[in-house]
Amino acid sequence: MPIAKVTVTLKKGVLDPQGQTVRNALEALGYDVRDVRMGKYLELTLPDVPHDELEGHVAQMCEKLLANPVIEDYRFTIEP
Amino acid sequence: MIFGVAVLPGSNCDHDCYRVVKDVLEEPVELVWHGDSDLKEFGALILPGGFSYGDYLRVGAIARFSPIMEAVKRFAADGGLVLGICNGFQILLELGLLPGAMLRNRSLKFICEYVTIRVENNQTPFTNQCVEGETLRIPIAHNDGAYFADPATLEEVATNRRVVFRYCDEDGRVGEEANPNGAMDNIAGIVNDRGNVLGMMPHPERCAEELMGSADGLKIFRSMLAYAVAPTSP
Repeated sequence: MPIAKVTVTLKKGVLDPQGQTVRNALEALGYDVRDVRMGKYLELTLPDVPHDELEGHVAQMCEKLLANPVIEDYRFTIEP
Repeated sequence: MIFGVAVLPGSNCDHDCYRVVKDVLEEPVELVWHGDSDLKEFGALILPGGFSYGDYLRVGAIARFSPIMEAVKRFAADGGLVLGICNGFQILLELGLLPGAMLRNRSLKFICEYVTIRVENNQTPFTNQCVEGETLRIPIAHNDGAYFADPATLEEVATNRRVVFRYCDEDGRVGEEANPNGAMDNIAGIVNDRGNVLGMMPHPERCAEELMGSADGLKIFRSMLAYAVAPTSP
């Protein structure tokens, strides 16, 4: 069955204190990391339907629920 | 006017809101289960605080699709008063009934404390019993209260006096030190274009009686009642 791999990330310019905290923690561990932005990753197991149809559906799911267009961007791939 | 208080799975401030309207304001009020979609009898609807749907995915993201929300949108379009408190505000943002979004508090801490907010606009059905510039002592309790909007939206909200409350210090000064959570422009509450939908992060239902330490929150409920008695164009 096809699997949509969706990544939701904060838009540029949106403050990410969680990312900052992770960066600070990595720095405390001795790693030189300039910036960290945290996002969400979702895997959707989808029915066996033609890809272009699935792409349309996944895009709608992202627009309606999975991402908040005010603060987030999304991208996805569908495999296989 | 009959007040309705929506109850979603995970709402936890519904009873406080109900109690304030019933026992302090002494007005008719009913709890409205989120599966209901008939809001005809109500003049005002409160979306209370809590963790509706566990705040899963994003605060208010799933609540926004709760069965009652279609009715809430129609109710707002018909001019009914909608007061979104805390999680209620977050849901109104996800619904698009108010512009912008909420981010995690800048400190990443859940902040539960009394703050001071300044009334920026008393020409709304929610603040007509307040004086412009007056300060209210009122508690906040949230993890995601950093109001965010893109520059164009922020400009529009500020220009059209849609900012109703801002976090300030005891003397009413709005500044960085008085900002508890990183909200843009210290915004604590905004109203929609028409003026009938208000979202605020602080909890007026937790400070509506002197016994609770502050009765400043009661002004918001009294304002809604005053508006119902003598509606004026916002």
